[in-house]
Amino acid sequence: MAKGTIKVDVHHITRVEGHGNIVVDVRNGELKKCELQIVETPRFFEAMLRGRPFSEASHLTSRICGICAVVHATTSLRATETALGVELSEQTTMLRKLNLHGEILDSHLLHIYMLVAPDLLGVGSIIPLAKSSPDVVLRALRMKKLAGDMCAVLCGRHTHPIAMTVGGFTHFPDIDELNQLRQRLEAMRTDVDATVELFQSLSLPAFERETEYVALRKEDEYCYIDGEVVSSDGGVWSLDKYRQVTNEYMVPHSTAKRARNQRPEYMVGALARFNINHDKLHPRAQAAATALNIKPTCINPYMISIAQVVEIVHCVEEAILLIDLLLDRGVTWEDPMPPTRLTGEGVGSCEAPRGILFHHYRIEDGLVVSANCIIPTAQNLGNIEADMHALVPTILNKKKSDITITLEMLVRAYDPCISCSTHMLNVEFV
Amino acid sequence: MSAKPKVAFFDFTSCEGCQLTVIDSLQTHPEILDVIDIVCFREAMSEKGDDYQIAFIEGSCTRPSDEPVMKAIRDRAELVVALGACAHLGGINAIRNRFDLDDVRQYVYGDKAEWYETYQARPIKDVIPIDAVLPGCPIDRREFVAALKALLQGRAIQIPDYPVCVECKLKENICVYLRGKTCLGPITRAGCDAICPTYGDGCEGCRGLIPDPNIDSLKQILSEHGLNPEETLAKMTLFLNYQTMEREAVDDG
Repeated sequence: MAKGTIKVDVHHITRVEGHGNIVVDVRNGELKKCELQIVETPRFFEAMLRGRPFSEASHLTSRICGICAVVHATTSLRATETALGVELSEQTTMLRKLNLHGEILDSHLLHIYMLVAPDLLGVGSIIPLAKSSPDVVLRALRMKKLAGDMCAVLCGRHTHPIAMTVGGFTHFPDIDELNQLRQRLEAMRTDVDATVELFQSLSLPAFERETEYVALRKEDEYCYIDGEVVSSDGGVWSLDKYRQVTNEYMVPHSTAKRARNQRPEYMVGALARFNINHDKLHPRAQAAATALNIKPTCINPYMISIAQVVEIVHCVEEAILLIDLLLDRGVTWEDPMPPTRLTGEGVGSCEAPRGILFHHYRIEDGLVVSANCIIPTAQNLGNIEADMHALVPTILNKKKSDITITLEMLVRAYDPCISCSTHMLNVEFV
Repeated sequence: MSAKPKVAFFDFTSCEGCQLTVIDSLQTHPEILDVIDIVCFREAMSEKGDDYQIAFIEGSCTRPSDEPVMKAIRDRAELVVALGACAHLGGINAIRNRFDLDDVRQYVYGDKAEWYETYQARPIKDVIPIDAVLPGCPIDRREFVAALKALLQGRAIQIPDYPVCVECKLKENICVYLRGKTCLGPITRAGCDAICPTYGDGCEGCRGLIPDPNIDSLKQILSEHGLNPEETLAKMTLFLNYQTMEREAVDDG
């Protein structure tokens, strides 16, 4: 290989959800090509929704992603409910929130323990850790099971939710189930503390790049459902103006569309939420952030995983508070709130584990006639490539294997959800 | 088969929820890792092995470039198991088979449609011979663990031939039809423990049709419960579109 010439070609990057390649081509010390190619097959959900009854939309779109099925269902329901003028009861809003906290926990735990931790501990997967650090693996599995059980109590299962429907739920947790969840969540605080300690002891690459951060925000809570779209560069948009934020475009090396707002790229997800909504975190989560040495505005994308640890602390505490409120008021069997019209247009938005998610439907006489879904990972793709462009020149003196793993870790930090975003991984050095 | 068989997981067009269910099964059955050697599982590990006896495949075949990859897996594996509705039935991917594909591509990707390779979505059995199926969207965790046990003991994977209604009655659920909703339980293969009716929703048919389903009778029941032909078609084509179109082709002679 000629001096200063590096070709990296990681075909189908591992420990990410979906299929992508990283391609880097450096000739004579000059970066010629640096791409994140998305080779997942196109999924065509928007086209499949057309002509289907509104009541099926959330069950179909939860199938966009096995990891974030609950948030796809919730966002879909919010879009439909907005379109058809459905008002939600306080109980439905609380149960939806609790359910989504379960999914954020499940997804973040999967990401930090099974997908990221192996890099930081120098192994290829969590499987060898089962022998070398069984306590870590058993803790991860124990915590993840509780997160999944939360969703199962509320909607039947995490992948794919059953009891969530337009206007409410078709099944309700009983008081014993909620009491058990509450006890297990309280007991989980020891595991949460151990998780914070583990990630305090691990060192992440010290790479920084300023960018724009976009997240949902509400004045009275750390927002995961509804709210307004807020940018760290300034600007607040109501949900129906989402296209002014996302400005989708396409590139030939990706079956995922991309997005840009006020800069050529922006970041969504746990770090964007932390940077924008830090003041709304539960005090225990704020204490964990201090212990983990992360403060807003944090511009190191590898710290996304740390922001996820902070959100794990938050979601456990918030879930306990929500369950207390539910236990206090009691859970009653409510029929779903009916649509007030069968024709209309609506945008739903939630914070998925990986960032802000939009579903936009037009419904006529009860049938979906047009649909648009904008997925967090698609919004992050431009930002990941911009990070790669900034990062590669600073690590060219390293061994090719080190360059490859540094880039793979960068992409993995974003926790890309590629199946979701094709309408996304592999590092390919050509 | 060696004492600790090598097992590989692969995914084509899907949400990877079935592989996630496999990962979740480790929460209740961590001992799985003591009895099999997972050599390939892209969603969860970096190591990649080409030497394996059992291949689990999630996802549908939806483009020409999927075919040689599936055939290479078939050539290497002693046993190939279709994992979940997308691999088993084409799943929701097959919804598009009812539409003009150029129109579908153009609707999502506009004037860049020709950048994206695709054709009709197919179950993997239409591309390669398979040895067993684990149905469902997603697969059932207990059924996966039972199937793994069977394979390790050299037995065939057993899945029920009776409809969801049988399991629903055993759960002592009130019939979904008596709760003013509709359900595909009478024609859909059991094995899910009737989870959707148990959580207040009708069966959507994700595990596929039972052998010799009485579809005409079901359509009559759906009609008696207020579904118009379009709504009935929508119900029959969420997970069952591939099987429905196969039956339509036979009926058309």
